Amino acid sequence: MAKAPSKGTVSRRGFLRGALQGSAGAAAAACATVVATPDANALQRAPKAMSPDALGLLYDSTLCIGCKACVTACKDVNHMPPEVGPEAQAWNGAPGNPTWDTPVELSAKTLNIIKAYSHGTGETKDSPENGFAFIKRQCLHCADPSCVSVCPVTAMTKDEKTGIVSHNPDACIGCRYCVLSCPFGVPKYDYNDAFGEIKKCQLCQHRLAENQLPGCADVCPTGATLFGRTEDLKAEAKRRTALKVGEVTHYPRGDIGGTVGGARAGHEKTVAAAYQSHIYGETELGGTQCLAVSGVPFDKLNLPTNVPDTGYPTLSEGIQHTLYAGMVGPAVAFAGLAYLARRNAKDHPEE
Amino acid sequence: MAMSLRQQNLHEHQPLGGRIFTLPLVVCILLVLAAVYVLAQRYAFGIGYVANINDGYPWGIWVAVDVVIGSAFGCAGYVMAALCYILNKGEYHPLVRPAVLASLFGYGLAGIAVLTDLGRYWHFYHLMMPWYAQPNSVMLEVGLCVATYTIVLTVEFAPALLERFGLEDLRAKVNKLLWLFIALGVLLPTMHQSSLGTMMVIVGHKLSPLWQTQLLPVFFLMSAILMGFAIVIWEAVLAALSFKRPQETPVLKKLAYLMAVTALAFVALRFVDLAVRGQLGVAFGGPKASWFWLETLAMLGGGLILLPPRNRGRTRSLFIAASLLLVAGILYRLNVYLIGYTPAIGPWSYFPSVKEILVTVGIFALEVGLYLIFVKTLPVLHAVHSPAHATLSASSAKHG
Repeated sequence: MAKAPSKGTVSRRGFLRGALQGSAGAAAAACATVVATPDANALQRAPKAMSPDALGLLYDSTLCIGCKACVTACKDVNHMPPEVGPEAQAWNGAPGNPTWDTPVELSAKTLNIIKAYSHGTGETKDSPENGFAFIKRQCLHCADPSCVSVCPVTAMTKDEKTGIVSHNPDACIGCRYCVLSCPFGVPKYDYNDAFGEIKKCQLCQHRLAENQLPGCADVCPTGATLFGRTEDLKAEAKRRTALKVGEVTHYPRGDIGGTVGGARAGHEKTVAAAYQSHIYGETELGGTQCLAVSGVPFDKLNLPTNVPDTGYPTLSEGIQHTLYAGMVGPAVAFAGLAYLARRNAKDHPEE
Repeated sequence: MAMSLRQQNLHEHQPLGGRIFTLPLVVCILLVLAAVYVLAQRYAFGIGYVANINDGYPWGIWVAVDVVIGSAFGCAGYVMAALCYILNKGEYHPLVRPAVLASLFGYGLAGIAVLTDLGRYWHFYHLMMPWYAQPNSVMLEVGLCVATYTIVLTVEFAPALLERFGLEDLRAKVNKLLWLFIALGVLLPTMHQSSLGTMMVIVGHKLSPLWQTQLLPVFFLMSAILMGFAIVIWEAVLAALSFKRPQETPVLKKLAYLMAVTALAFVALRFVDLAVRGQLGVAFGGPKASWFWLETLAMLGGGLILLPPRNRGRTRSLFIAASLLLVAGILYRLNVYLIGYTPAIGPWSYFPSVKEILVTVGIFALEVGLYLIFVKTLPVLHAVHSPAHATLSASSAKHG
């Protein structure tokens, strides 16, 4: 290459040759890697199945009246402080800040929140056009949770039987990788505390242990938030999404199985708005234990809808488990490098 | 190798000497003090008191710049050790020690940066405790790997310290086992620099399709190598200019060829990957496409400048190309970790606060300041008046 006596031409040829060699090599390597792993991605680990005893919530947006009793109950039973939203105004001439809890988003102080969709005149409940609808946001307890996959110190764990995803602040290093990775934006950190913790809904495990309902399901007056085994909730959700407008049907309250928190009376109601056929959480990212049904499309409720049917951990763990299977790859690489370094050491006597 | 005997003489290193408290060092110290002040506030009142990170953007510049980009700055030692000791290219030897020193600071300070960012830093040691380990976590692999590599870098740099303090026996002992550490010093960055890419695979749809791919580990490894090379050139050119030493251009020339090939391969692979994933259209008018083009053009520009052999022999074009490639690597990593990222459920926004930037600047200032002190007091740079330069130029001309 260095022999470039007559300027221009040769160096241009060298230039082109180099460019071609480099690009062709890279392109070939890339094609080999990517094309060999198309849809059924070879670098993907198998999805995780949901435990048959998985517990969750079914939220029915058409039943929700937006009373936010669940938000208050959640704060009470989890001993969470009130939160003052940035747009909140003083109430009743109270000096300074308003006196009641006005969160606007999930946070380290708010594990459960009701949000509203509105469009146009906002007249009709559960209508995407000129209507409004509610959505309850809390941890969905994924079958294959990203937060558990990313946590380097096993602070985020998923119960083998109940599938509840819980967090242990005594192990947590506060890296916030769970906050970054959650596809639903659920775990939160308290940035205004010098000793801040990660907070998220843990399905009121402490109450379940005493055969009590999660706070939100306990107080919901309409059964919009229903507790139970995910299998049962899924069947109930399927029954509801098949209902026609004008049909009268029975809506249970509390625990769909009628055991946790004691049996409660449900109520009869005429279906006023057509259900979306999709059950949110049935397929999203490998499925979630908490499900939602609604009269308006889920993207309008600000939930991620354009997501794959397998959890993202299948991709990242697929790469890691392939490269680091039994640490064989790194061990072989180390052996090769050590051999070369040792062999070459005699050529580098100084270091 | 016939040259090995002569090389013994070439590898004499010596401290630069000269005044320690120069203006650049004083500036560095002031910047470090500013960062210390901000960090005192951060530890007293919480991260939110000084930084703008939030639950939509839980990772700000303290992660994206200080750790992800900072550690790539520290890849000089990795690439030079690989070239010199694994591929046995003895001609690069004069560049190894300064590169290892730069890496030691790059990684050591990335480690400190992690401690500034961790919300529950007093549990930091949990990362090393096997009973806390969660083997599926890409971050665990990165954390352990980086911690081990910092130790490896210390050992790799130890000969310079031992030489300075005349501990010849110990130096001989370290030298005998150095090959083990050199092998680790090449293996570990290959692992964690690629894993830094894998770390963002799990954020899925939150990262723009311009960057989200299972080839993230490949691109991160390539950008680490490129940035490592670029830092070597930067350091060599700047050291020559500011300490009034002869330029190392003959040695850098061959490095430049490797850089051109890697940079162009990176760009080619980016387009192939976009095409295979059917996302090429996003690059033309899609959201954040301008950031993609900034990054790609800088990479392409740096690579193309270095393709004609003539340019590789010119200090000026070497420096410009290395700067462009450094910018390209920085942009690529920033795009993946911050700019291409959209929180799951918004709206959220993030732009670093002045105090946040002061910490980042302070960490880089600490790196530069320590480097200045070390090269003046320890045998890091190779001796100018040894026959090194004459012989090197001759041998490079032959090969180059």
